[in-house]
Amino acid sequence: MKTLLKNCKIVNHDKITEGNILINDNIIEDITNDNIQADNVYECLGKYVLPGLIDMHSHMREPGFEYKEDITTAGQAAVAGGITTACCMANTKPVIDNAPVASFIINKSKKDGLFDALPYGAVTKGLKGEELTEMGDLIENGVCGFSDDGYTIMNAEVMRRALEYVRYFDSFISVHAIDTNLQGNGYMNEGRISAVNGLNGIPSESESVIIARDIMLARLTKSRVHISHVSSKEAVDIIRWGKNEGINVTAEATPHHFTLTDENCLTYDTNYKMSPPLREEEDIEAILQGFKDGTIDCISTDHAPHQDDEKFVEFGLAPVGIIGYQTAVPLTIKRIDEGRLSWTDFARLMSYNPAKILKKENLGIITKGKQADIVVIDADIEYTYTREINKSKSFNTPFLNKQLKGRALYTFKNGRLVYQA
Amino acid sequence: MTYDKKDFISTQDLTRKQIDYILNQAMSFREINQREVKKVPTLKGRTIVNLFFEASTRTKTSFEIAGKRLGADVININSSTSSTQKGETLMDTVKNIEAMASDIVVIRHSYSGSVKFVADNVDAHIVNAGDGLNEHPTQCMLDLLTIKLQKGRLEGLNVTIIGDIAHSRVARSNIWAMKTYGMNVTLFAPPTMLPVGVEAFGVNTAKNMEEAVANADVIIMLRIQRERMAKLLIPSEREYSKLFGLTPAVMKKAKSDVMVMHPGPINRGVELSSIVADSSNSAILDQVENGVAVRMAVFSFLAMSK
Amino acid sequence: MEKEKILINNAEMHAIIERMTFQIIEKVTDYDNTYIVGIRRRGEYIANRIIDSISHHNKKPLKSGVLDITLYRDDLSEISNMPEVKSSDIGFDVNGKTIILVDDVLFTGRTIRSAIDALLDYGRPAKIMLAVIVDRGHKELPIHADFTGKHIPTRKSEVIHVKVKEIDNVDNDCVTISDREV
Repeated sequence: MKTLLKNCKIVNHDKITEGNILINDNIIEDITNDNIQADNVYECLGKYVLPGLIDMHSHMREPGFEYKEDITTAGQAAVAGGITTACCMANTKPVIDNAPVASFIINKSKKDGLFDALPYGAVTKGLKGEELTEMGDLIENGVCGFSDDGYTIMNAEVMRRALEYVRYFDSFISVHAIDTNLQGNGYMNEGRISAVNGLNGIPSESESVIIARDIMLARLTKSRVHISHVSSKEAVDIIRWGKNEGINVTAEATPHHFTLTDENCLTYDTNYKMSPPLREEEDIEAILQGFKDGTIDCISTDHAPHQDDEKFVEFGLAPVGIIGYQTAVPLTIKRIDEGRLSWTDFARLMSYNPAKILKKENLGIITKGKQADIVVIDADIEYTYTREINKSKSFNTPFLNKQLKGRALYTFKNGRLVYQA
Repeated sequence: MTYDKKDFISTQDLTRKQIDYILNQAMSFREINQREVKKVPTLKGRTIVNLFFEASTRTKTSFEIAGKRLGADVININSSTSSTQKGETLMDTVKNIEAMASDIVVIRHSYSGSVKFVADNVDAHIVNAGDGLNEHPTQCMLDLLTIKLQKGRLEGLNVTIIGDIAHSRVARSNIWAMKTYGMNVTLFAPPTMLPVGVEAFGVNTAKNMEEAVANADVIIMLRIQRERMAKLLIPSEREYSKLFGLTPAVMKKAKSDVMVMHPGPINRGVELSSIVADSSNSAILDQVENGVAVRMAVFSFLAMSK
Repeated sequence: MEKEKILINNAEMHAIIERMTFQIIEKVTDYDNTYIVGIRRRGEYIANRIIDSISHHNKKPLKSGVLDITLYRDDLSEISNMPEVKSSDIGFDVNGKTIILVDDVLFTGRTIRSAIDALLDYGRPAKIMLAVIVDRGHKELPIHADFTGKHIPTRKSEVIHVKVKEIDNVDNDCVTISDREV
């Protein structure tokens, strides 16, 4: 079956070209200016067409927390956000510290056919930070990398051994950097705002000291470390230093960390409670700069569904995180409109680089012969992000019922249309 | 009337006019507390619920007496934060109390922002009796009333607050209202007890005890809690007392008519020496007395507002 | 308030207070144990006028107090805003005393009921009497005045204002009538 996307502005990591994309089954057969006969034709005039977005950091909640999200609803939300591949963290129940759980997730997403859910394997058994998981077994069963995510491995010796061991598989460890002692019982960024509203603060150093440690350990072990959801200026500076030293470090930042500041916490709205917490204006600047100069490689959503009643509690008691699959596109477009990012940056940060880090050679670029994971973005449409538009099982986002601009119009996975706005 | 909010949660957005109104009302209520029959029928048939998620004796008693002197039915509910953590949410607890037709709910809770969170989501009038590290607005009003009664004015006075500013809701509520009222606030504390971002308060910080007390018209000492030592904020009570306590020796460096206040309960010999606590400079018991009047005033204007 | 009309002018007001003074002097036997208590706000000023008048007639001036009845009102939940509470000033032991309550207008009687309640919270007076400048009718409680300046029949919708120069922005005391304020 052939599909033709007509009059596309094709956005890759390095350039924007105009043309028609011919898809044959699940492969991009040709980029052409000819008007070729096809079974399905989609007019894409004025639309930006990017390689399917790849989200290196999210939570799909299945197995164990299906009341918040499951693989199917995660897939529906992801493709509605233009995301065709999403990595999910290991904090499920049971934890993804064994092959059967990993296989279950991969197979379920394959069966749905909406997107590829790529699980991270846990670094340590039960995310306890003590004993290594059977990483070889997990790799064999398709995990995309390793992470204990919210449970930072505080024992540097354990982290060192984990990094050494994954080197054997040429895999990597994604680090949610928090020094849990330094974080204490903090709930938000420590600074002027926390002084005013009396919420316990988390110094940004609780993030940067662990990033510094793990970059050192990556150097020691000659292994690969990926820094999750960078939130602070110092963190960007340290990663930049690490890259300059030739250490094998990559990094990601979330749309909320380059959009929102801790001033939102003045309302005690728990939809602004994140880990790491929302920081300040200068941190946003540093992250945007980091995208530009290559210090930060990816935009990841850290999609973290929680039910309304779980968030409808005291700020201190609320779980951290917000859903993010469907807001990555509009929030990035906001920065593009402001001239802070370009469309090619977008393709680089949310498709090309993640594909490289995940070693998915057939993804991340729209060119002849690659897998036909493609998103067509309408950058001009303005809409209210309603509960109806939201496809996740959960609604925990400060952008709910807010005015947004830009969204996925068509999403193709393996050449098949999986979402249409 | 200048106070038109449903709840009494914060001093941060109070105007000078509103502070004046509250203090004037409280002064009128002082008279009732001096009568033999200390009761008026203003809130007869109204129900006030004291919902305390943190241990408290004096504040709860003060609210209870205030409610009863206005003729309201006052019910005390003590609940530990852990019990709500196990089962019922804070919101459900308050909704249940509201469903029993309570007019005013007084809440003390260990999480900052929790009382505002409740107030935003129920119809009952909510009074903040202390939320986490954030605010304790009735304590602030009684402090201002005590100062005004003794000094005759507020504007232009120098107030020094000494102690664990970072973890003090009394300090925050006072800082906001005192700034609004044109008082000069100075903070003094070991660096572990000054919040990061203290400059956001827009007040002075003193470098040592001498500087802290030198020009003060009022010194507010904050309570040092034992658990702070476990959190590495101070090495010992002994050393705290030596470096940051208010002793007769320190008092010699202060103005002779300086007022010494403390939100209570006092750790005698830690932040405040007994000699100072019991001296003629001490206004601590006046604060307690004025607390009842302030809370009567708050109840009456909230209950009558629509 | 365009249709506001003066019912009692300053001279008449003066005469009324004189007459009430004589009535009171006639009734008072024990000057040491009789107190005049004005009901805030205007009753306080009327009380002062009566006390002045008594001393003017070479009588021993009666001791006085002021009562704020805001907290005793029975209509607090019906009025839109909590009125400002002022403190009462009853600087004497009311037990066994004769107390003459003074107010400006006797209308429904509810204010006087509040005042009696308030007074009883201070103790047990031997006797409470009531003096008002105007009794305008429409009582809702079985309350009557012992000393009345003038009976003025009114419609319920009309407003009777006893104005005193201290707080009402007038040069001389007077009583006015007008239609319900809008």
